[in-house]
Amino acid sequence: MSTIAPGISVERWTASSRMTLAAMMVAVGLLAAMPTIASAGVTDRMTALFIYVILAAMWNALAGFGGLVSVGQQVFFGLGAYFTIRLADAGLDPFVSLIAAAVVTGAISLPLSWLMLRLKGGEFAIGMWVLAELAHLLVNLDRLIQGETGTSLISLNAYDSSTRRVAIYWLALAAMVALLGALFALMRSRAGAAMQAIRDNEDAATSVGVRVAATKRLLFVLAAFGIAVAGGLWLATAVTFQPKTYFSVQWTAYMIFMVLVGGIGKFEGAILGAILFFIVETVFGGTGVWYLVGLGATAVLFSLYLPRGLWGEIERRFELQLLPVGYRLTFSDLLKDRQ
Amino acid sequence: MTNTLIQGILLGGYYAVIACGLSFMFSVMRIINLAHGSLAVAAAYGLWLLAAKLGIPPFIGLLVVLPVMAIIGWLLQRFILERSARGGTLLPILTTFGLSIVIDNLLFEQFGADTRSLAPFIGNLSYASWQLPGHVFVGKLAVLMMVTAIAVIGGLQLFLSRFALGRSIRATAEDPDTAGLVGIDARRVNAVATAITMVTVGIAGAFLAMRATFNPYSGGPQLLFAFEAAVIGGAGSLWGTLLGGIVLGLAQSIGAQIHPQGFLIGGHIAFLIVLFVRLHQFGFLSFGKIRTRLRSPS
Repeated sequence: MSTIAPGISVERWTASSRMTLAAMMVAVGLLAAMPTIASAGVTDRMTALFIYVILAAMWNALAGFGGLVSVGQQVFFGLGAYFTIRLADAGLDPFVSLIAAAVVTGAISLPLSWLMLRLKGGEFAIGMWVLAELAHLLVNLDRLIQGETGTSLISLNAYDSSTRRVAIYWLALAAMVALLGALFALMRSRAGAAMQAIRDNEDAATSVGVRVAATKRLLFVLAAFGIAVAGGLWLATAVTFQPKTYFSVQWTAYMIFMVLVGGIGKFEGAILGAILFFIVETVFGGTGVWYLVGLGATAVLFSLYLPRGLWGEIERRFELQLLPVGYRLTFSDLLKDRQ
Repeated sequence: MTNTLIQGILLGGYYAVIACGLSFMFSVMRIINLAHGSLAVAAAYGLWLLAAKLGIPPFIGLLVVLPVMAIIGWLLQRFILERSARGGTLLPILTTFGLSIVIDNLLFEQFGADTRSLAPFIGNLSYASWQLPGHVFVGKLAVLMMVTAIAVIGGLQLFLSRFALGRSIRATAEDPDTAGLVGIDARRVNAVATAITMVTVGIAGAFLAMRATFNPYSGGPQLLFAFEAAVIGGAGSLWGTLLGGIVLGLAQSIGAQIHPQGFLIGGHIAFLIVLFVRLHQFGFLSFGKIRTRLRSPS
């Protein structure tokens, strides 16, 4: 806490946020130990949860902090899975190719960002969808994929099923922690201040010298890399690769649902949204079409009536900040009395 | 080759019909409606229902479906878009995307995964063609679509330039606050504009169903076609969408000639090339320029 004037101070860490960080470290430790006691089914479901958290956090980074709403993020999900297949086919270990595929996808997103980031608002949103469709069609042309029939990550068979399951679980957990950690560190850095300035008002941010384009590019590439990791992980758990499934706009629908419900532009919101989505899917996922209608309707209602999401509301009502990425101004009691 | 080119150009008529609504709405309200394609598919199902269950021919069915679409547009603006737009420019993207998911899946719930078509209900129109000298065939439906596209866009332009309500729409598009000062009710104007848009969406849905098959999830691709045509032709007025539609149709037809799966790829690549060239030349996209032309369509 630093005092900038008598009675007024700026603080970042609060008691509750220090507690949260400690609790999260304990939680990660417990999660890492979980496969030793949990059943195979639970381990698989938890892996799915980690992937959802990655997707939500990455979409939130782009939309919530960069002001870039995309409905085509499935392009990176699909490419992450596709390049994993491609590299594994070239003889790379499947787990190594998963990471390498994400790097390749991240590298591809750099030249794409040059074109796409000049689009604004809805143009960017649908433009990304066009990219996803094009990538889907081009991947279909690869003989290895056999069109919509798809193929499998056969080289995973080198590992026996229980080792594979636990390895994927740990990899997903590690990827989630690393990506969230990177995002958290980024948000607290100088670039993070720039991002939040852009989120709040792009024109004003530009006028005070924030390098808007470079900051957005950083987020775009980070989101592409993170979502490609998620795609590769999903492929590792599902084994089969059908282009239609991976390049489906449904993935973006999930991301939007998670972030809108959790709280757009809130670091904690994306995590909360992913957990809620995971619960909703576990309970209602079997109802098929009505489940999807419900997801869409919930997204519409949140965008209309609770655009800050659940975490935004919680934060506002209880002045709670668990994982602070900004600073807060506090007035001493003395000053409050005088107001 | 001549046949391919003619087909491509005429296909542009369909794209122009579906794209003109998208760019019209954007120019008036600055909202890109991501449920645009899904609503067209919903209209197609409406026509199919009337034709298959009640025996009402699609062209008569339009007399029912188009007014319903106009009412849907009015309600859409009043109860959803208006509230959403108050939350900033990004929120309507999320709202309308959520809406498209609801519509798509409700259609799936109601009609299942089967593909449908209106072709069986319009006699031989879907495949009949005129033969021109030199083994050139021109589909009657394709010509009808092109004529309709020209009529719809011409009608919109006429409405915007000659009618009081049309001028109110242009005034609101230019500056809603000042328009309000001179007594224009922006809410009413926006609701009317959305209703008009939905009528064009209904026509597009009819053509989609007549010229091909559709299923509950056809909305996404139609949105992309509309968006691509609007962006490609974006440099001009509403007429630009006609040009954009023709370019898109040509690119797809030529793509299909090059590779069996080249139809869609050709369209997407044409879109990206136009985007690249335009961004390279002007440094920004000209989607907004439609608005400029809307201000003074004469």
